[in-house]
Amino acid sequence: MASVAFEHVTKRFGDVVAVEDLDLHVDDREFLVLLGPSGCGKSTALRMIAGLEEPTEGAIRIGEHRVDGVDPKDRDLAMVFQSYALYPHKSVRQNIEFPLRSRKVPPAERTQLVQDAAGQLGLSTLLDRKPRELSGGQRQRVALARAIVRRPAVFLMDEPLSNLDANMRTATRAELVELHQRLGTTFVYVTHDQVEAMTMATRVAVMSEGSLQQLGVPQEVYDRPANVFVAQFIGSPPMNVVPGPVAAPLGVGRDDVVVGIRPEHLMIGTAGISAIVRVVESLGHERHVLCEADGHRLIVRCPAHGDAPVEGDAVHLSARPEHLHLFDASSGQRVA
Amino acid sequence: MATRTIGRYALLTFCAVVVFLPIYVAVVIAIQPAARVVDFPGVLLPKSLTLEPFRNAMRSGNLGRYLVNSGVVTAFIVGGQVITSILAAYAFAFVQFPFKRVVFTLFLATLMVPAEATIVANYETIQHFGWLDSYQALVMPFLATAFGTFLIRQAFLGVPQDLRDASALDGYGHWGFLRGVAVPLARPAIAAFTVFSFLLAWNQYLWPLLVTNDDAHRTVQIGLKSLAGANVANLNLPAAGAVIAGLPIFFLLLFFQRHLVRGLTSGAVKG
Amino acid sequence: MAVPVQAGGAEVVVGRRKREWPLAVILLLPSAVVFGLFVFYPLARTIQLGMYRSDPFGGLGRYVGPSQYWDVLTSESFLRSLGVTLKFAALTVPTGLGLGLGLAVLGHQQLRGIGVYRTIFSSTVATSVAVASLMWLTLLNPSIGLVNQALTKLGHEPIIFLQRPGWALVSVAMATVWQNLGFTFIVISAGLQSVPDELLESARIDGAGPWRRFREVTLPLLSPTLLFAFVVLSINAFQTFGQVDLLTHGGPLHSTELLVYHVFQRTSNDPSTAAAEAVVLFGIVLLLTLVQLRVLERRVHYGD
Repeated sequence: MASVAFEHVTKRFGDVVAVEDLDLHVDDREFLVLLGPSGCGKSTALRMIAGLEEPTEGAIRIGEHRVDGVDPKDRDLAMVFQSYALYPHKSVRQNIEFPLRSRKVPPAERTQLVQDAAGQLGLSTLLDRKPRELSGGQRQRVALARAIVRRPAVFLMDEPLSNLDANMRTATRAELVELHQRLGTTFVYVTHDQVEAMTMATRVAVMSEGSLQQLGVPQEVYDRPANVFVAQFIGSPPMNVVPGPVAAPLGVGRDDVVVGIRPEHLMIGTAGISAIVRVVESLGHERHVLCEADGHRLIVRCPAHGDAPVEGDAVHLSARPEHLHLFDASSGQRVA
Repeated sequence: MATRTIGRYALLTFCAVVVFLPIYVAVVIAIQPAARVVDFPGVLLPKSLTLEPFRNAMRSGNLGRYLVNSGVVTAFIVGGQVITSILAAYAFAFVQFPFKRVVFTLFLATLMVPAEATIVANYETIQHFGWLDSYQALVMPFLATAFGTFLIRQAFLGVPQDLRDASALDGYGHWGFLRGVAVPLARPAIAAFTVFSFLLAWNQYLWPLLVTNDDAHRTVQIGLKSLAGANVANLNLPAAGAVIAGLPIFFLLLFFQRHLVRGLTSGAVKG
Repeated sequence: MAVPVQAGGAEVVVGRRKREWPLAVILLLPSAVVFGLFVFYPLARTIQLGMYRSDPFGGLGRYVGPSQYWDVLTSESFLRSLGVTLKFAALTVPTGLGLGLGLAVLGHQQLRGIGVYRTIFSSTVATSVAVASLMWLTLLNPSIGLVNQALTKLGHEPIIFLQRPGWALVSVAMATVWQNLGFTFIVISAGLQSVPDELLESARIDGAGPWRRFREVTLPLLSPTLLFAFVVLSINAFQTFGQVDLLTHGGPLHSTELLVYHVFQRTSNDPSTAAAEAVVLFGIVLLLTLVQLRVLERRVHYGD
């Protein structure tokens, strides 16, 4: 059981700044998701917790201990890799057992621990297979089993679901949340997938270009994004962001702001921003109406059934004032 | 069958016969009585079989002892080369140290020094150590090879970084990773190199000839020399000797052809 | 890579990470010792030895200086030996390359049972220099060798292959080409297999016949492999020793006295001359290797 803290951590690779002045405290037993596009520094941050990279500046703490310079194996944590990093020449049993062997766990206890871990993840019948004889989902479970078998204080996961197909991913998300609750340890989870962040995290840390953009519980990050980047990164389809003057019909005509409106908050009616419908996409459970207003694209989320405009229609788009997000036009930071 | 196909087989068969003829002739001469050798072309189709030439070759060439020597020397060379190459390859692939490029270049530079060019000074060294006529003389100079280091390093570089990271988190340092992950995963390359190394070690000629003079240490290849010069009128003896000395490599090729091909061609793929 | 930690007061630091270079030293030491003792030292020593005049008992003798290189290398016997070696290379390398390429192309066909032919074509890699030499000794024996028995049956005079100045080098070259054939075949075959089928198929669609496809697609793509085989065969030619020692002993009339045989004969009783000649051998092999590296760097014919 341990908290994890970044204290003004910067990591440079030569001239490239991968992580810049990251100050972040992950509470004990938290499920923290580091979310951001590829190259934003989230994986580097995770690897610094693991000890696979050392910070250029700043300190990292796990629990009471300052761990920079400490060998990965002495940090009491386990990691699940995007590739799963299973040893291809070892059976499932040997893979799960591997971290125990290095720690000189007596054979009898080892067998028991492997069986427990395998049982928890439904791998009991697969113990003698090699990784190549397993499906993607099974491999992923072996990676998880190898991580939980020695009951570390902190779990690190680097995009563990990205190699699974869509159905498997949905199912595994729920299982991970359940696993987190059952183990009661700290999870730090890296992903570029905002759905994973929204569904699993107790808190989300959104990163871009090496810096932390926003830290908060998922709903809060969704409802009150701290800047334009977070606003457009979280939510699907992404938030519409237009310059103030374009949104003038909605009552915010200021030059110094940009206005964000989530697609589900835009309504097609008789008043508001005038726009032309360009494309209507049907997703089965809903429709996305892509409009153009003054050279800017706006997406409206509509129900799957009922009246909807068709391509070429002239429409008016409106939204309730409490659903407008205002960001500073130059800095992109939230103003209201 | 189309005439074209027949033509292709004819050409292939002709080439195969020509290529295989020296081996075939040696085998048929080795298993027939001396009198039959002068009976051309009948000798090419053996009617009676005798092991006499083999017995004579073993006796007059002292091949039994030489085979043992070759076996011992080859085993030490192959074992030594595999171990030193794995260790050095691991350092180049996974360990951070200053001047790595320089050291690696020095290793590769040894490939450009032909053994034939250093025999004079190496002979002097061996003489100085008092190692003439000893296994040390036959083994020590060959206990390391840049070719093996290079080949195994390439295989190590193919081991995913994630596995290195995972093993670090699983509690393994370099030795644990080397033994538990890197070597098992590089097995195909190590096998290819082992077979290749065996071939070279077993077939050595110049160096053993130079540094050994007694029966206790001469290798089978050198043993053949006495059979070659022994008696111009007896072809059974050299033929039988060639078959005996060639047999271990024949079996090696039979069972490990795939590995040998990998070992031989890996130099051609990239310089 | 340890990072200095300004651990203040009560900070607990466990299992500090170590520097890695001592490990590298341990791992590299065995190889480094062998290379130092048996490659680099003897190379330097050989160059040095070449500047001394051996005493009659094979000792180091008296310092003569670099001029001895000039004396040794312009001596009649060395130049003769170098000439023989160049002739030998000219006899073996193109022939070996051509035959290897021919067999590789033949063995590359899609035919039933082709595996058997391929195994036979590669079979000579199983022979050592000594084994191959004994096999050829058997074939080329002046009176009862099978070749001469066959020639006699055909009404031809027997040929004294190994004892006639005109024939001896050719005979040694034949044995050498044959012994290297398995290796050349294997290497070129692997090169052929790495020519992508799509390229040949697209050339076929473009209307190129088999010969054009071979010349304009296969051969250019094969050129790095051919270069590699060429360099290896050339280096082999300059290193040839066993065949000469077993088949001809350098004779008759020094006509098969190749460079290494020349060096070998002088190693124990005239080390300084042998050393000076060995340095030349090293220079030639180095040159060939550098040519190969240089050309390979430019990726013969396809620039990736």
